Amino acid sequence: MSAADTIRVFVPRETAALSLGADDVADAVERTAKELKCKLEVIRNGSRGLSYLEPMVEVQVGEDRFAYGPVRPADIVDLFAADFLHGGEHALALGNTANIPYLKSQQRWTFRRCGLIDPLSVADYQRHGGFAGLRKAFETGSTAIIEAVTESGLRGRGGAGFPTGIKWKTVAGAQADQKYIVCNADEGDSGTFSDRILMESDPFTLIEGMVIAAFAVGASRGYIYLRSEYPLARTVLEKALSICKDHHWLGKDIAGSGFEFDIELHLGAGSYVCGEETAMLESLEGKPGLVRYKPPLPALEGLFGKPTVVNNVVTLASVPDIARLGADAYADYGVGRSRGTLAFQLAGNIKRGGLVELAFGATLRELIEDWGGGTASGRPLRAVQIGGPLGAYFPESLLDTALDYEAFAALDGMLGHGGVVVFDDTVDMAAQARFAMEFCAVESCGKCTPCRIGSVRGVEVIDRIVANENREENLKLLHDLCTTMIDGSLCAMGGLTPLPVRSALKYFPEDFAPTAGGS
Amino acid sequence: MKTDYDKKAATEIILGFDNRPEMLVQILHAFVARFAYLGEDGVRQIATELNLSRAEVWGVVKFYHDFRTEAPGRTVIKICQSEACQAMGSRDLTAHAEKTLGISMGSGDRAHTLEPVYCLGNCACSPAVMIDDQVYGRVDTRRFDTLVTDAESQ
Ligand SMILES: Cc1cc2nc3c(=O)[nH]c(=O)nc-3n(C[C@H](O)[C@H](O)[C@H](O)COP(=O)(O)O)c2cc1C
Ligand code: SF4
Ligand code: FES
Repeated sequence: MSAADTIRVFVPRETAALSLGADDVADAVERTAKELKCKLEVIRNGSRGLSYLEPMVEVQVGEDRFAYGPVRPADIVDLFAADFLHGGEHALALGNTANIPYLKSQQRWTFRRCGLIDPLSVADYQRHGGFAGLRKAFETGSTAIIEAVTESGLRGRGGAGFPTGIKWKTVAGAQADQKYIVCNADEGDSGTFSDRILMESDPFTLIEGMVIAAFAVGASRGYIYLRSEYPLARTVLEKALSICKDHHWLGKDIAGSGFEFDIELHLGAGSYVCGEETAMLESLEGKPGLVRYKPPLPALEGLFGKPTVVNNVVTLASVPDIARLGADAYADYGVGRSRGTLAFQLAGNIKRGGLVELAFGATLRELIEDWGGGTASGRPLRAVQIGGPLGAYFPESLLDTALDYEAFAALDGMLGHGGVVVFDDTVDMAAQARFAMEFCAVESCGKCTPCRIGSVRGVEVIDRIVANENREENLKLLHDLCTTMIDGSLCAMGGLTPLPVRSALKYFPEDFAPTAGGS
Repeated sequence: MKTDYDKKAATEIILGFDNRPEMLVQILHAFVARFAYLGEDGVRQIATELNLSRAEVWGVVKFYHDFRTEAPGRTVIKICQSEACQAMGSRDLTAHAEKTLGISMGSGDRAHTLEPVYCLGNCACSPAVMIDDQVYGRVDTRRFDTLVTDAESQ
C-alpha cells in the first residue's frame, strides 16, 4: 500500500469536540485499528462547526469525506464492523460531509477551511489557497489592498461593525516610526465561539490576515490578545506562529518580499472589558484594563502611543480571500450596507448548536428553526439574546427580523459578534435582566460612575420590583438608571447594558410582575 | 507542576520576559501557573525587577479576575455563569456543586475551589465546566459528579 492509499480518519481537536470526548474517540480509533491490523492515519483536524454532531469523525473516501457523529468511544468497534473506513452505513452515518444540509446551505467564506484541513500543516493550507492572498497583496501593493478591503464592504466583526478599509487607511496615512497590528481575540461575548473555532481549526488564515494588514498599513509588529479561557487556542496559535516563523511567513523578509513582521501572543486575564479596544491596549502595556477616552483614536495613537490597527479575529481572517479573489467576490454576498458574510453562532437551548456562516439577509427565524431545529428541550422558544451580554432579548414575535446591522439597530438590538442564545419558556426574564446588571457590576472597569455604581443599584432595584416593593416608583427608577447609564458611560459596557434590561422589561413585563419570578 | 514560591524560579520567569514592564500581565500569568497564587513576596520581587511600585503591581493583580491571591484547593472547578449556559441549567448546576462540595461559588477549601467563569466558548454544548484547564460540555449533575471524582483521583 502506498502512502496515498493509507486511509485517513479525521477526529477533531477542537474545544467543543474535546469537551465531549474527542480524545478518547481518537484513542479508540487507533487502538481498534491496531487490533484489526488495519493501516490508517488519524488526523486531528479542527471543527466544521457542526457542534451538535461533535465529536464528528470523518473518513476520506476517494475525493470525498464521509462523516459520522456524534461518536462516542464505545461506538468505534461497531463503526469498524460497519466498514466506516469506506463510508459504510451505520446509525451514526451522516453521508458525504459536504452534503450535510446544515453545512451545504451555508455560505462559507472565512470558515471554509475549518475542519477540512490539518490546522498545523502549511502544505495543507497552501493546497487550499493559503498564502495566495498575501502573495497577491505583495504583488499589487499596499494601496491596492486597502482599496480592495474598502470596496469589499468588510466591516469589523468584533461587534461595532466599523468599516475595516477606512480604519486601515487612517493607520496607513499616519506618520510614525512604528505602527502595530493588534488582533482582538478576547471573544468575551457569551454565546460566541467563532473566533475560537477559527483559531483552533485554521490559525494560518488569521496570521495571513495579520501580515496583509501589516503590509497594507506599514506595521512591523503585531499582537494577538487571546482570552485566557481558551487554553487550546493558545496551544494551537503558539505552534502556528512558530511554524510560520520557520517557514518565513513571519519574521524578516517574508516570502522573499523584503517585508518584515512579527507576532507576539498575549493572554488576557479574565476581564470582559479588556475586549474593548483601548482597555486591551492598556492591558497589552501591562496595566489594568481601564478604557481610554477617545479621541485620540487608536488608529492614530494606539499601543504605546503609536498608530494601531485593532481588528477582530474574524475580520482579519476574512481578508486573505478578499485579497486572493477580489473585493467583488466578497461584496456579492449580502444586502444593502451589510456586505459579505457573518458567522452566526447558535447557542444555549438549541437542538443543533454550531457555527453558521451566512450572507447577510437571512432571518433570525430561518437561522433558529432551519439550522437550529428549535429548542434542545423541545419546549416552546420564549426569548433569544443576540449579540452577547450587551445585546437585546427578542421575543418569538420578532424572529422574522432580517439578520443585518441596520434591521437590528432599528429594533434597538445589535448583531454584535453574531452570538444567538436561545431560551425556552422556563426562562425567568427578570433574572436575565438582573444578570445583565450584575455582569456589568462585576466587569465594569470602574472609570464611570453610572456604569460602576449604576449597575449595582440596578440589581437592587430589579430585586425590589420583583418583590413588589414600591413597584411603580422602582420601575421608573430602573428606566432612569438605564438612561443615566446610556448617557454617562464612556464605553458600551455601561452604555449598552440597558439594552438587555430594557428589552426584557419591554417584551416580557409579566416576568417582573409580583406573582412571577424572584423565587 | 505547581511549587511554592521560590525566588530563583521567579527571577527566571521574569527574565524569560526580558524584564519588560509591559509584560506584567503575562508575567503574573506565569507566576500563577508556577506558584498557584500571588503573594506579597512575589509582588515585591516583580515590582523590584520591573522597576515598578508595589502599588502598581497590586493594582494590576487586583484588576484581573485570573490572578489569585490565595492558594486554591487541589481541584479548581469553574462553572460558566453566562447566558448560553444559563439557558441550559447552569444555575441549577451551580447550586448542585455548592451543595455537594460544601462550598459557595467564589470560595473553596483545601480540596476544591469553585469559581465563576464568564463563557468558555463552548456555548453550543452548554452548560460548560472547566476543571483544571480542561473544558467539558453538556454537564448535568451526574456528569459533574463523575468529572469531579475523576479529577480528584488524578
Ligand atoms: C465592553 C466591550 C467588550 C468588547 N469585547 C470585544 C471582544 O471580545 N472581541 C472583539 O473583537 N471586540 C470586542 N469589542 C469591540 C472592540 O472595542 C473593537 O471595536 C473591535 O476590536 C474592533 O475590531 P473590528 O473592527 O475588527 O470589529 C468590545 C467592545 C466593548 C465596548
Ligand atoms: S462604561 Fe464602564 S467599562 Fe466602560 S469605561 Fe465606563 S466604567 Fe469602564
Ligand atoms: S455561555 Fe457558557 S460557555 Fe459560553
